[in-house]
Amino acid sequence: MSNQTEQPDLERRGFIGKTVLAAGAAVVAPGVLVSVAGAGAKTDGADPGKRYGLLIDTNKCAEGCTACVTACNEEHGIDLMQKPEGLDEAQWQQQKPQWIRKVKLQDNLTGRVTNLPLMCQHCEFPPCVDVCPTGASFKRADGIVMVDRHTCIGCRYCMMACPYKARSFIHQEVEHQTVSAPRGKGCVESCNLCAYRLDYGADNTACAEACAAQGHNAILFGDLNDPNSELAQALSSAASRQIRGDLELNTGVRYTNV
Amino acid sequence: MSTMTYRELWCSSPRYWAGLALLGALVLIGLGAAYYMEHQGHYVTGMNNHIVWGLPHVFAIFLIVAASGALNVASIGSVFGGPMYKPLGRFSALLAIGLLAGGLYVLVLDLGRPDRLVVAMTTYNFKSIFTWNIFLYNGFFLIVALYIWSMIDRTAKWAYTPLGFTAFFWRLALTTGTGSIFGFLVAREAYDAAILAPMFIIMSFSYGLAFFILALLAAFWWAGRAIGDLRLTKLKNLLGVFIGAVLFFALVYHLTNLYITQHHGLESFVLLDGGIYTVMFWLGQVVIGSIVPLFLIYSPGFKTSRWAIAAASVLVLAGGFFQLYVLVIGGQAFPMPLFPGQEVLASTMLDGQIAPYTPSVPEFLLGMSGIVVAMTLVAVVSRMLQVLPDSLEDEQER
Repeated sequence: MSNQTEQPDLERRGFIGKTVLAAGAAVVAPGVLVSVAGAGAKTDGADPGKRYGLLIDTNKCAEGCTACVTACNEEHGIDLMQKPEGLDEAQWQQQKPQWIRKVKLQDNLTGRVTNLPLMCQHCEFPPCVDVCPTGASFKRADGIVMVDRHTCIGCRYCMMACPYKARSFIHQEVEHQTVSAPRGKGCVESCNLCAYRLDYGADNTACAEACAAQGHNAILFGDLNDPNSELAQALSSAASRQIRGDLELNTGVRYTNV
Repeated sequence: MSTMTYRELWCSSPRYWAGLALLGALVLIGLGAAYYMEHQGHYVTGMNNHIVWGLPHVFAIFLIVAASGALNVASIGSVFGGPMYKPLGRFSALLAIGLLAGGLYVLVLDLGRPDRLVVAMTTYNFKSIFTWNIFLYNGFFLIVALYIWSMIDRTAKWAYTPLGFTAFFWRLALTTGTGSIFGFLVAREAYDAAILAPMFIIMSFSYGLAFFILALLAAFWWAGRAIGDLRLTKLKNLLGVFIGAVLFFALVYHLTNLYITQHHGLESFVLLDGGIYTVMFWLGQVVIGSIVPLFLIYSPGFKTSRWAIAAASVLVLAGGFFQLYVLVIGGQAFPMPLFPGQEVLASTMLDGQIAPYTPSVPEFLLGMSGIVVAMTLVAVVSRMLQVLPDSLEDEQER
């Protein structure tokens, strides 16, 4: 028989016991701190007979005007967010949330310049909803695509999937926010067509309102399903297109003259 | 035929515990980095609204892909009946579990809300490939653990073959699922290709085997045991075949894109003028990750050189890392085709522009610690279970 201390089997039991104990403690301890978030009923109140959308007339979208962006930022408390101390300005520009942005384009062949606002396109078949593992990214019965911030785990797969770069991740602690647009570090968010305004009886979005107030009327909001709505009438009378129509996502936001 | 004896990883106390302490310290550093990023928010990283998956994802995907590949050695022994590989099966399966755990550790700690992991485990959207991956990953742990048991416990020998087959097909599904994370993304030009799923499988063969060779050499050196040249030569030659196969898939992927006019911009970005991404592709993936290791493997001058085998394996891993970096980060940096035929003159969301990304130190530390977590797990379990053969000298085999 060889030397006892050289025998692995004798000391093995002790080693296994201690390791299992340590691993068990490491697993259980954080679990005690975790609380399960409950999600409310997602479609409560949304009317399945409606499909909200926008029509953007790029001919009316004025160069240099950012009224829609400013209005959105105020409406959803985005302007309350401050650049974290010590963060580089350029990086802050890439990290801060943007629900709507102005884009200026020039046709390669003709040189024609187009201005347009770009936001979540509220697809009928949203890729962000398809890929979300927890179902936090969801589409309401009335066609609005939004994020349930109680179940968003911050995996950012929806941002990988969105063809419009319409989503933003909250990179820092949120100090100030509005009651109507709750926001939290580590979650994803995007344009929700001012859902809570509609739920409380409003008939327009902040961006469309601001555009109209400037006298441009480039953004028209309404119900795509209602043939009598101004939106449906405008869509049936003029040619419009979807951005990345090749993906056949049947977007709720349409553009003319682009 | 002589019997193969397995023994726990047992070396002198200071040698084992000092090694384990070093690994533990590195894990602690990674956990510290993760805590810092989680506590401050992702603003302290190089990630932004354009590059949403940064360096940690490269590490995580790299480890998850390698995990399924590391199981191949066991599969060759049980599914394809290779007697030379059979004694390596237990360690191969353990390494597979370790690498997967390391990858998932990085993936979870890089979430915006890692505290909501329980939500991910209880609330599912079955159209998401991520959801399927949660089942594939957890299933992999279970099946491979049972597989190890069937290899160790003589009374469970009846389960060995069925579990070997199950594990083999499961690992194919797992890598297909991981490749499909990108293959299903219609939005971005670099992804949205069915070839990504089989390409990830072949990448896993290569990275997994490279990891296996290194882990085996390291464990045997640690425990002071011997490996024969014959077996190492077999492993090394197999690695050479896999490197060639990965290159072939990369070639097909790029040739297909080059044929399609729409993708010419992307191809010139990766192959010609993408700056760091072009360098990583040619120098990283092609030269360092493929040509040099192929030379080290097949050059008669290095026929049985341990040094050359280890170096080739390290370079394969480095090349694989660059390959994933170009795919994951480069694929996001390249602008999405929102307005074909038009130039974007102004946009606050960098439309039409290459998105910037500079990885930060905490991201790197978290990613690195994923590899260390895998090694620690393997080191600890190797000391508990009889996964390593007492000796792999050539004479013992036949």
